Amino acid sequence: MTEARTLVAGEARGPALILVEPLSFWGGVDPATGDIVDVHHPQRDANVAGRVLVMPSGRGSSSSSSVLAECIRAGTAPAAIVLGEADPILALGAIVARELYGRTIPVVVAPAPAAVRTGDPLNVRASPDAVRID
Amino acid sequence: MPSVDLSEGDRAALDGGNGEAAAIAMRIVVEMAGVIEADRLIDVTAAHVDSCLYHGIAGLEFAERLLMAGARVRVPTTLNVGYLDLLHPERYRGEKPTASNARRQMDAYVEMGCRPTWTCAPYQLAERPGFGEHVAWAESNAIVFCNSVLGARTARYGDFIDIAAAITGRVPFAGLHRDEDRLAKLVFRLEDVPERLLASDALFPVLGNLIGREAGAGVPAIVGLPPDTSEDRLKALCAAAASSGSVAMFHAVGVTPEAPTLEAATGGAAVPEIVVTVARLRSARDELETAPAGDRLGAVSVGTPHASLSELERLVELLGGEEPSVVLWVNTGRDILAQAERRGVSAALEDAGVRIVTDTCTYLSPLLGAVKGPVMTNSGKWAWYAPANIGVKVVFGSLEECVRSALAGRVVRDERLWSDD
Repeated sequence: MTEARTLVAGEARGPALILVEPLSFWGGVDPATGDIVDVHHPQRDANVAGRVLVMPSGRGSSSSSSVLAECIRAGTAPAAIVLGEADPILALGAIVARELYGRTIPVVVAPAPAAVRTGDPLNVRASPDAVRID
Repeated sequence: MPSVDLSEGDRAALDGGNGEAAAIAMRIVVEMAGVIEADRLIDVTAAHVDSCLYHGIAGLEFAERLLMAGARVRVPTTLNVGYLDLLHPERYRGEKPTASNARRQMDAYVEMGCRPTWTCAPYQLAERPGFGEHVAWAESNAIVFCNSVLGARTARYGDFIDIAAAITGRVPFAGLHRDEDRLAKLVFRLEDVPERLLASDALFPVLGNLIGREAGAGVPAIVGLPPDTSEDRLKALCAAAASSGSVAMFHAVGVTPEAPTLEAATGGAAVPEIVVTVARLRSARDELETAPAGDRLGAVSVGTPHASLSELERLVELLGGEEPSVVLWVNTGRDILAQAERRGVSAALEDAGVRIVTDTCTYLSPLLGAVKGPVMTNSGKWAWYAPANIGVKVVFGSLEECVRSALAGRVVRDERLWSDD
């Protein structure tokens, strides 16, 4: 069982987008729209903007930090990211967005919330010491 | 959150003792240490920075914020590809404001004291990290090569943390910097793979694609690769494994320096094994392709990661003085190009009409223009990312098949390479 942990603190709510496979933001998400553009991803054409993005892990390129920071700047980022395993590259994108723009999104490691489906509303509260998803 | 044990120097930097930029950089390093649960920071001797590649306003504003705050790198730092080919600017077909932003971002990193190497293959530069050296490298293919082939040590650094490490000279002591995290946890055993496939460069990106899919972010060991597998071939494996998965290190038993034996690679632990057959390799190859092989080609692109001098020489040899009937692009680093110029290799390529790209890559920068038909490549990484990045369909083949296909203008491939017997 994954132990819940805050990578980047914050609070957010939004409809869940449950990804069945890991997604690389670089080459996988268009920061102008938030659309998933990775042709290899089974959920291509879904949109991450404002969603609570739940995925098993990050993947691939080390440029994903830049793309996530750009999504946060442009308002096309997910509301929050819930990962099955820690991904420092995504956390870094959120940390730098906060450094530059004073706003960020929570990034947490947590078991995928049971019985939640894509579209269900989710609330993520991540403090340095605790993660709550309901 | 566990706290990070900081040295006096780290604390001084955090408090602004080394200037504002060093304080920003140290904040990022320390926060990352928390994310990856490191208990302290260590020194690095060099860095390879990928943050110079333009992805949008945020990356540019980050670079200029650091520069305005007085950023200077503390360790020798090389730069990854940028968005622009600065040596061949006339080929750029994108929008001007994007080019101007991308140029500003590239310039900012040079002003911070980074070397304008503009290559995704820093391991092909004259100076590269030695065995056991701790460095901070970004660029996914370079990270895998650094750990696996050089035996130097880098975690999987991404944009922002790379330059933060270069400015502070410090990184969290975690992940692949530590002995125990470098041991293989999974074995890929090549079984009954025919000699002709083992002898072909086409095997390596395909095997990398398969390994990335199966290993995720783990450290795998590969059993069954020829002991004399070249760096060019290992490079292709690295790039593919870091595209389909998040592999940051692998061991090739009898090939890479930390794996003289399988026991050395695993630390003697029993680990699960995946058998790699020709059938699995065939489906891993098919997965790289988004176009049927029968189509007339639009272009051919090789050199991802950046071609080495020996790959450029091989290209000349394979062309045999003939001119391709579709555009053949090759990406390489400007240092390699300088060597190729001295040996007459680049002149031979240009005479054949080959378009040499430096400083960037054909799947990153708008260079190809409108291509009528799929693009053939020998790169697993290019095959993986080009469809989304530049909207082309992809066919895969070995370097030789790519050249023969470029000459013919249609896909020429030896399908027997992938047969069972």
